[in-house]
Amino acid sequence: MPEDDIIDVSDFDPNFRDEIAAEPGGEYIRRCFSCGTCSASCPVGGVTDKYNPRRIIHMALLGMRQEVLSSGFVWLCSVCYTCYERCPQDVRIPELMNAIRNIAVREGRIPQTFKTQVGQLRAHGRLYEVGDYENERRQEYDLPPIREESAQVRQILDDMDVEEEAE
Amino acid sequence: MSRYALYLGCTVPVRGLNYELSARKVLDRLGIQVADLDGFACCGFPAKPLDWKAGLLMAARNLALAEAAGCDLLTLCSACTGTLTEAAHRLKEDARLRAWVNEELARQGKKYSGKVRVRHFARMLYEETGVERLKELVTRELTDLAVAPHYGCHYLKPSHLYDGFDDPENPHSLERLIEATGARVKHYEDEGQCCGGGILGFDEDTALLMTKQKLDHVVAAEVDAMVLICPFCAIMYEANQRRVEGLYNTAYKLPVLYYSQLLGLAMGMSLEEVGFKLNRVKSRKLAQLFRE
Ligand code: SF4
Ligand code: SF4
Repeated sequence: MPEDDIIDVSDFDPNFRDEIAAEPGGEYIRRCFSCGTCSASCPVGGVTDKYNPRRIIHMALLGMRQEVLSSGFVWLCSVCYTCYERCPQDVRIPELMNAIRNIAVREGRIPQTFKTQVGQLRAHGRLYEVGDYENERRQEYDLPPIREESAQVRQILDDMDVEEEAE
Repeated sequence: MSRYALYLGCTVPVRGLNYELSARKVLDRLGIQVADLDGFACCGFPAKPLDWKAGLLMAARNLALAEAAGCDLLTLCSACTGTLTEAAHRLKEDARLRAWVNEELARQGKKYSGKVRVRHFARMLYEETGVERLKELVTRELTDLAVAPHYGCHYLKPSHLYDGFDDPENPHSLERLIEATGARVKHYEDEGQCCGGGILGFDEDTALLMTKQKLDHVVAAEVDAMVLICPFCAIMYEANQRRVEGLYNTAYKLPVLYYSQLLGLAMGMSLEEVGFKLNRVKSRKLAQLFRE
């Protein structure tokens, strides 16, 4: 095995589990006893071995902060809640993945697709623009017009500093 | 005053007009008035993974608008349902969180005290209207149709948000609703599987592979259509069906109907009235059955 691939445990961050546990959604990470029920139930893991929730939780508990935050792992959860219903320890995995995503975003690690979505939310207050064209189309089907409300949504996103990371 | 405000979210009013218009017509037949409130924006679902506070505030401002109008929220999208229900629960139970949210909302001239109830359209039909009442309004039993139900994820889960109205592992509400129209329900392998929509933007290949699996399973059950209740599931199974066919060199030609369209047809509406023109996958059988 090349030297570079070998993990040195002294690089681990022993505080990572506490950092996650302090993040809303991540509170229950320490309950995981690695039974694998989540991975066995996961529809994403069912089609690709790129994603394995039990492994990510294990890495997080070990303190592999850089690996967990810089890899795309946590963004592969489809948030379907299948494992949430089945985990014997009520770890609430998709909320845990969201907690780790929140930490990653604060360090500027935000996937392009989410940057694009934030741009849409800032411009239109929604993921899809509703302008004249869309409202005319709605009218053709006798549906009432919609007025975009973007200023208040933009204010929320500004306050939370989501903007910076999105630029 | 209407008891419910119709919350459309982002996807339905632009990419799911057939869902919206058929749902509105069905509600009309049922004598259920809904209010269209000014000022709704995104539910917060896309913001939650980035910044939970932003996600919660976006949900809360929609809840505040409904509360100010004295309405509960009726939703069509399952992701909106999940996000708004979660926010409503947290803000009802956690006084400190509610106080913080209200400090922020005050800057937008809004406040939220925790009164709003959120209901998905299908759940409302199932629990409040009831299957028996729906049957009374059916004028054309769809006994010639065999359909595959797709519940999707956020309509049922996490189940603690939904007061146990249905069983997340073995759900039955959509099946009962379909049966009320006279159509036959056909089950298929891995019925609870997620559409993959949650990761479409991040890893398209993986998401479409999830979509493909379900399409394979549904087609194997030999149905006339798939019936669903979420615009995002429809994007995956209908709008992306061609792409999956191209990627995997296969042909499904599987019609996908919103439940509100199926119910509208059973109430005697025409294909045009339920917005079938906007469904991308056409079906000779449906066209023949519902020829005016
Ligand atoms: S199901 Fe729960 S306890 Fe089991 S490995 Fe997954 S998170 Fe850990
Ligand atoms: S919530 Fe995420 S980790 Fe859990 S089963 Fe669904 S996709 Fe997999």
